Amino acid sequence: MASALINVPAHAKRGEVIEIKTLMSHIMEPGYRHTADGKIVPRDIITSFTCRYNGAEIFRADLFPAIAANPFITFFTVASESGKFDFEWIGDNGFSETASASISVE
Amino acid sequence: MRMQDESTRRQFIGLAGGAAVMGTIPIVTLRGAEATPATLAAAIRNVVGTAEVQTGKVKLDVPPLVENGNTVPMTVSVSSPMTSDDHVRSIHVFNEKNPQPNIGNFYLGPRAGRAQVSARIRLADSQKIVAIAHLSDGTFWSASADVVVTLAACTEEVI
Repeated sequence: MASALINVPAHAKRGEVIEIKTLMSHIMEPGYRHTADGKIVPRDIITSFTCRYNGAEIFRADLFPAIAANPFITFFTVASESGKFDFEWIGDNGFSETASASISVE
Repeated sequence: MRMQDESTRRQFIGLAGGAAVMGTIPIVTLRGAEATPATLAAAIRNVVGTAEVQTGKVKLDVPPLVENGNTVPMTVSVSSPMTSDDHVRSIHVFNEKNPQPNIGNFYLGPRAGRAQVSARIRLADSQKIVAIAHLSDGTFWSASADVVVTLAACTEEVI
């Protein structure tokens, strides 16, 4: 079972720039490694990450095999209103996970 | 029970070693494929099209010497006011010698407040990393960094 770690400040002042840190546990198998009998270990990575703030997309990333296992991505946004951040990871073999965090803005 | 001959000890060690490795991760072998400066250039062309890429505005932070290429911290920041008129649309990161030239594409917008993205990446060899920022006025800016890697990622050899 995949699991996510999200770090969003619980409170912020209106207009403040806040940092959002996200980590999703995932093997991120690059698809270039071989087993002892010469077979390629098939690719199994997260290909897309999206963050929405009260429904509006504020950050998106395309990931490639060159992203390390357990993708750790941090970015910034302006705290404009109280509400919810929704995070979504989509990957190979039907991988799909979501997480959310809420923030109160004064 | 009596062992048959002297090769038994060797077989035993081989089996034990094999079992220990199989229990954790599949054994992997080195693979020749790698991105070349030509594929790097092609990947960059895919993103920027015919536009000119200028040097500056972008800051690419990666350690110059990396012990383990499997997880290398990377931060890209762009000097931009991040207003609706003047902001960073996207940041694209490329490498020279991994099996694939792309590392990641990050799409921001004026709501980001600060044009800065961090991630942990894999590097299969000592090589050059290139970060390109696409600004709202349509221009492209880049920065590059050279990294020395002691333990390569992606294409580990059999131990």
